[in-house]
Amino acid sequence: MSAGVGVDLENLWIRFGDFVAVRDANVNINGGDFFSFLGPSGCGKTTILRAVSGFLEPSDGRVLIGGNDMKGIGPNKRPTALIFQNLALFPLMKVWENITFSMEIKGASVRERRKRADELLDMIALPGQGDKLPSELSGGQRQRVAIARALCAEPDVLLLDEPLSALDLKLRQHMRTELREIQQRVGITFIYITHDQGEALTMSDSIAVMKAGVIDQIGNGKTIYNDPSTAFAASFVGENNVFRGKIKRIMGEEALIQTNRSGELVARISTANQGKMKEGDAAMMFIRPEAFALAPKGAKGTHFVTAKVNNEEFEGNVFNIFMEGDGGKELKVSIPNLGQSFEDHTGQNITLEYETKNAVIVPAGELAAE
Amino acid sequence: MKNFSFMRLSLWVYLAIFFAYLLGPLVIMSATAFNSPSFPRMTPWECLTFEWFSALFRDERILNGIWNSILVGAGTVVLSVAMGLAGALMLTQIWPKLRATYYTIIIAPILIPGVVLGISTLVFWDRINRMLGLGADSFLSNGLFLTIIGQSTFIASYCMLVLVARLQRYDIALTEAALDLGATHAQAFRKVLLPFMRPAIASAAVLAFLASFENYNTTTFTFGEYPTLTIELAQKVRYGITPAISALAFIIVVLTVFAALFNEASIRRKQLVAEARKKATVEELESGKLRLPGFLSSNAAAVALVVVACATVAVVGTASVYSPQQCIANVQEQKRLETEERIKELRRQRELRRQQQEEQGEAAPAQTAPATGSTGNNSGFGGVFAPGSLSGGSEAEPETEQEPQGNNSGFGNVFDPNALSGDGGESGSGN
Ligand SMILES: Nc1ncnc2c1ncn2[C@@H]1O[C@H](COP(=O)(O)OP(=O)(O)OP(=O)(O)O)[C@@H](O)[C@H]1O
Ligand SMILES: [Mg+2]
Repeated sequence: MSAGVGVDLENLWIRFGDFVAVRDANVNINGGDFFSFLGPSGCGKTTILRAVSGFLEPSDGRVLIGGNDMKGIGPNKRPTALIFQNLALFPLMKVWENITFSMEIKGASVRERRKRADELLDMIALPGQGDKLPSELSGGQRQRVAIARALCAEPDVLLLDEPLSALDLKLRQHMRTELREIQQRVGITFIYITHDQGEALTMSDSIAVMKAGVIDQIGNGKTIYNDPSTAFAASFVGENNVFRGKIKRIMGEEALIQTNRSGELVARISTANQGKMKEGDAAMMFIRPEAFALAPKGAKGTHFVTAKVNNEEFEGNVFNIFMEGDGGKELKVSIPNLGQSFEDHTGQNITLEYETKNAVIVPAGELAAE
Repeated sequence: MKNFSFMRLSLWVYLAIFFAYLLGPLVIMSATAFNSPSFPRMTPWECLTFEWFSALFRDERILNGIWNSILVGAGTVVLSVAMGLAGALMLTQIWPKLRATYYTIIIAPILIPGVVLGISTLVFWDRINRMLGLGADSFLSNGLFLTIIGQSTFIASYCMLVLVARLQRYDIALTEAALDLGATHAQAFRKVLLPFMRPAIASAAVLAFLASFENYNTTTFTFGEYPTLTIELAQKVRYGITPAISALAFIIVVLTVFAALFNEASIRRKQLVAEARKKATVEELESGKLRLPGFLSSNAAAVALVVVACATVAVVGTASVYSPQQCIANVQEQKRLETEERIKELRRQRELRRQQQEEQGEAAPAQTAPATGSTGNNSGFGGVFAPGSLSGGSEAEPETEQEPQGNNSGFGNVFDPNALSGDGGESGSGN
């Protein structure tokens, strides 16, 4: 899908006075990709989108769309369409007028506009609702109208600023698949902003993880999830257990880490940090709750962890075991429930094992806030 | 419980007083427009008449004043709303640190006395006129131009306040969305911001027109060849006030009531329609079968509007067939009779007194000679100053203005040379 128009950010800096909202961002977005920016609130995601759509001039660096520098080109001249965080539907226009606003600007006749609006309303599964006002629609319907309005402008790049954040869970999951389908149908580049990692993982070809104006890691969903390059990315995307410690010995792709409370453990160094970590460096090891398995009691070795169980929780498909963990954080383990009875371990010490390739070591760093 | 009902009672009394205070003058003034005496008053009620409306529409100066007021009002509306909108937009765009200062500056004209604005407008544009070397009849010294400019200096601030209130509820993202969809800044302004501002612009326009229409302080310095209604009224009142002015007031009151009711009714209807649409299903909307509520259904304001309209039609209808001439003639006749009655009475009294004096004079002629002179003098003016004749005179006064030739009133006796020779001569004969 290289047919679409790509977007490149080169050494992009955006400052508001002394405050740096985006720090030296370098991103290449392939044409036709579904690309997500994932990060906590206030990390500068909207700011990046505004720079791409032309509402903000970069303080430094360049924004290229389809290989062309966008410097000095206003938002109404760029081949982008932005879906605003609050949608920004025109409250006094009917749905069909909203959707075909971009055609009205170009002087299209009412007949043409009506026709196109009907097509788009069919596509977003709101047939016959064109004569309502936006205030007469539900949140999810408004959402879809905003998408239709942006698509009507036939942009090369569609920018979406957390469009699903206002919806309830069910609708959000439904809209995820719908958005993905729309993107595959129209085949244009989508740049999607979210602070919901589930959204980013399910929809995106590529994800950029952002933290306080800095892009931590770019990669596809699997890479981001399984092979995080920073402590922040590891802790922000999905649930993760952290073990703090120091690198004791490097063994090719793997390393032995002296953890603060679980002894010596072995894990793989994340791809981005291969060859960059030395013995004695402060490091963090991350293991997903579902990567653990119960081990025979008292088993010893560099891929066994023993700790006291604080609490157990039955979730249907899994048992969640909360154990004493590192740095005040509980260690969470999810054991699949295969149907057999499961004995209660609360208050006991139990031993867990993991495969070293499923644990990942990154340099010590700031964790995402819970 | 007792306390409570007392509270309620006093609240009602208070409300009654408050509304009487607020609306009483208007009601009384409106009523005087339909009473026949030529000095506006409600009691005694003489004759129902529509004469004052005709008098109003025959008055060239008033009509001209209304026309000028409308011209000035229209100009002021256009200029003030435009300046107010620009000022309001500027306020939202300006650097936040300057905002408070800017606001103060732009609001200042409201606080400056209108007189000062009038004088300064005059002086300022006169200077500019002279600097440009234009004559006294140039556009810049035209009364219409000066009045519009002068009034707009502060009316624009009012407009800005109204517009800012609405603008603060505007989501700037809407303009950005329009730009993003390819609109130019002008298109975004016209197609998105302006429709959003329309209700506030309408309010500001009405406010500007009313403020302009009623303005006197500023206009009095700038009107030149174009006296507005307020100026004309002020000049007129100096020479006495007639019910024609009440008639004008009545027309304005009625128009205002109409406008207010109409506005209320259409707002209510919009609400009803919005509610109906919200409840409607997709099929109803689609098939156009949706039954929108009628103008009158559950719309109290609309009903009131219709009632007022009917009343107006009835009144105008009556006015076109009703003739108060007979009634006025009757009243005049009655007054004449009353006055004659009183004069007769007066004469009789005087006759009586003279007879008594003559009798006394026969008894002691030497002593009473000067006294007779003085009484004779007294009685000469007595016709004027006697309390009885005075009350008669004041009652008949409007009629004197209407028919100066009528010699049947107390004052008429004084000012009319004939009467002097009649009544005065008579009392003189007593001398
Ligand atoms: N116009 C501005 N002036 C000053 N600071 C700004 C401005 N716009 C954004 N910022 C700052 O830049 C930072 C990033 O803002 P941004 O809106 O990009 O966050 P975000 O990642 O979109 O957050 P959210 O998920 O809550 O929408 C914030 O700390 C914000 O305070
Ligand atoms: Mg945002």
